[in-house]
Amino acid sequence: MKEFKVVGKSVKRVDGISLVKGRPVYVDDFYLPGMLYAKVLRSPHAHAIIKKIDTRKALKLKGVVAVFTYKDTPRIPFTTAGQGAPEPSPYDTFILDKKVRFVGDRVALVVAEREDIAEEALNHIDVEYEVLPAVFDMRKADEKGAPVIHDEKEAYMPLPLNYNPKKNIVTYVETEVGNLERGFKEADVVIENEYECHYSNHVPIETHIVITYFDDKDRLVIRTSTQVPFHVRRIVARALNIPVKKIRVVKPRIGGGFGAKQEILNEELCAFATLKTGRPVRLLYTRREEFMSARTRHPQIIKLKVGAKKDGTLSAVSMNVLMNTGAYGSHGATVLFNTGSKVLPLYKCENVRFVGKTVYTNLPVGGAYRGYGATQGHFAFGIMADEIAEAIGMDTLEFLKKVHIKEGEGSPIFRMLGEGKEGIEQKITSCGLPQCIELGAKEIDWKRKREEYLRERNKQGRFKRGVGMVILMQGSSIPEVDMASAYMKMNDDGSFNLHIGATDLGTGSDTVLAQIAAETIGISVDKIIVYSSDTDFTPFDVGAYASSTTYLSGMAVLKVAEKIRKQILDVAGEVLGESKENLKIEEGIVYGGKGKVSFEEIALYSLYKRNQFQIQAASSSISHKSPPPFSAHFVEIEVDTYTGEVKVLKYVSVTDCGTAINPKLAEGQIEGAVVNGIGYALCEEYIFDDKGETLNPNLAFYKIYGTRDLPEIKTILVPTYEETGPYGAKSVGEIGINGPAPAISNAIYNACGVRLRKIPFTSERVYKALKEKNEKIGGKF
Amino acid sequence: MKIKVLINKEEKEFEVRVNDVLLDVLRRNGYYGVKCGCREGECGACTVLVDGKPVTSCLYPAVRADGKSITTIEGIENDRIGSVLQEVFLEEGAVQCGFCTPGMILSSKALLEKNKNPSEEDIKLALDGNLCRCTGYVKIIRAVKRASEELRERGGK
Repeated sequence: MKEFKVVGKSVKRVDGISLVKGRPVYVDDFYLPGMLYAKVLRSPHAHAIIKKIDTRKALKLKGVVAVFTYKDTPRIPFTTAGQGAPEPSPYDTFILDKKVRFVGDRVALVVAEREDIAEEALNHIDVEYEVLPAVFDMRKADEKGAPVIHDEKEAYMPLPLNYNPKKNIVTYVETEVGNLERGFKEADVVIENEYECHYSNHVPIETHIVITYFDDKDRLVIRTSTQVPFHVRRIVARALNIPVKKIRVVKPRIGGGFGAKQEILNEELCAFATLKTGRPVRLLYTRREEFMSARTRHPQIIKLKVGAKKDGTLSAVSMNVLMNTGAYGSHGATVLFNTGSKVLPLYKCENVRFVGKTVYTNLPVGGAYRGYGATQGHFAFGIMADEIAEAIGMDTLEFLKKVHIKEGEGSPIFRMLGEGKEGIEQKITSCGLPQCIELGAKEIDWKRKREEYLRERNKQGRFKRGVGMVILMQGSSIPEVDMASAYMKMNDDGSFNLHIGATDLGTGSDTVLAQIAAETIGISVDKIIVYSSDTDFTPFDVGAYASSTTYLSGMAVLKVAEKIRKQILDVAGEVLGESKENLKIEEGIVYGGKGKVSFEEIALYSLYKRNQFQIQAASSSISHKSPPPFSAHFVEIEVDTYTGEVKVLKYVSVTDCGTAINPKLAEGQIEGAVVNGIGYALCEEYIFDDKGETLNPNLAFYKIYGTRDLPEIKTILVPTYEETGPYGAKSVGEIGINGPAPAISNAIYNACGVRLRKIPFTSERVYKALKEKNEKIGGKF
Repeated sequence: MKIKVLINKEEKEFEVRVNDVLLDVLRRNGYYGVKCGCREGECGACTVLVDGKPVTSCLYPAVRADGKSITTIEGIENDRIGSVLQEVFLEEGAVQCGFCTPGMILSSKALLEKNKNPSEEDIKLALDGNLCRCTGYVKIIRAVKRASEELRERGGK
């Protein structure tokens, strides 16, 4: 493995000092004179028409400046999905509408001098609703006679993705390769099962927040907690029907995103209030709104039918996914596609069929969520793999070692399924999965424990232990779609400004990208001044999603830094009177055969002395492939068979993310994702009443993991070198969240012989499964 | 009405309304390091120390703070324990988005003030009221452990 000076080192975050000191660096840590506070009136009904809306009483309250309803806002359909143009999501949203489609949908906007006044004013808006029949069951959403959720004539899908709103269908896809029928015939075993994934919330500790105001040029500034500043600019311009040039979007530090902020969720609404009042306006989501009205992980029902041979090869795979996008179709096509495209290639098979359908229901809205469909797909296939291994009498680990895609291999799925269109053919150029499996098995003591716990399974005893495993892949950016760019210039003292459109949502990408620049130029990170995510002052980047930043934005930074390095050498050659070939850079000094010159001297020479010019460059990058990171997860759990409680004892994840540019930050990505994934597997859950209202929109009753819940966590990185990535890097942000649910399910099976194919594995659900099993075998516990 | 507090070792008077919670009064007066994450006392992002004890300022009536001593993240830079925590949090990669960090560091400081050598269990207990969605807590717990070691090594000073 190649040794680097800055890359591969766990340097401290470039924004770290301000964060540990609590400096006012987030959207809300900012006050403008005359700022107004906005609050949204939310629908109490899952499906209704606003018959009458009377805002007069609210307007009479002292301190209320304005109340806006659908009568005031432009009626231009757009998507809230922060994706590249044209978005593969339906344009089915208006700033405010006459119809509400889920409990928590927008009804009206109040702006007032104080936040408490705005909140109070919500109680004084009189709304008369005509309540419509609603549909909550995704299985029934496209049945004949189901209420049509998007019956407005304006709704459309900008890409040909079989959008059929009359049947509540957001997208439908069917694709096949090989000969499925023959594949199933050749199989020694065929297993067919259904797996179900539920609603869950990102829970960024900072809820959605935006402040909008006019600057000195009468332009609209949107200071927002977003992962996609450039998409915010474009989509807000569309929704408000104002030119892009009128808008500047600024992303300061943001308090976590996980996909929740890959969404234009409140920017256009807040901006509308500023346009109307001329004043700065702030709109902050409450935690309740974050749960009910922001975005969620799309629930899915996945049917898998897999044929396998005794030798551990797969002869046929059929995956059928039904996905619920809730009341709006945000990311409704691409998340579905990813369930196939980020999962199926991992398991080698010649005969594969993928059928997917996304439907509207009158429930909260799905969106981008770390893992992005792969989480749901790996849940299903991760358990299926364990089931197949058992059926053909192979150890799961041996089966997985055999069946997974290897270096140099391709998969027809890569071409079959893209992001809202056909995919891109690719071969795997780096895969550390064999080492991941080996190291993880050793760390958890796989073989011994697996066999021991299996023997213990049917013996008497309250507590049963089990180990489970799963293998995973994701991608690195969206090939032939995503673009990133960077700009760089040199300052008098030999420092550099690095301006990037890339969006650090807390991941540390500003630091990682600075490391790539520093490595390339030959200086330390502290000489790089990073400025990111400001549509006026940084070049374009699609934003922080699809595991793209390190890989794709990193490549743009690498390219721009190479140009800067070349210019530095040109000037150094002139100063030293030597030819460029004889020069080398070390720690900010250029050495020639005869003399040396520092970066500071080079900067001063180029700026003031002779043949002056600004050492500067810009660069862009796109990708023709999306090299997957790989990972193997292992978990040891204990089940209390009296209560059904599942306790995670140890969690091991071993990940190949290529070169980890900053190992501690990479580990941090995996650890955060794993703990989030454990919560998704065991306790995080939306509970709805029969009218579609979320009953637990708070952190007291929607449980996320805290320190006391934490098992022993072991994170191991397996370095590989991805030739298409900057310094060999692939992505690492999403993959870790996909593992816990299937691994824990498999461990529960090892512990007590019950298969849980529906998340979360709450005590109640596990207890029920245990009881059913005992009733079946006539036993007692 | 007005309340008098000793905040970050400075005497100050704040104008408060009767139903104000401490979180809002502090933020209104420029202590932006105090974060609002839920307003229901669950996430701990608004943690400040009142008379040395961590409280969730989003549920703490501002009037109750009258006459008390308050420490926010802005007040621990020159503090022996606080500054070491800040340093070590960065070095260990315990900070990602940073939104929970002020609360985490204050809860950790309260722990280390009374327990010089906390076990991992002690740390987990002390930080259980502070939610973090980015890190999975692993590096935070390690950072607190290391801070306690460094503080012991450096001695009383």
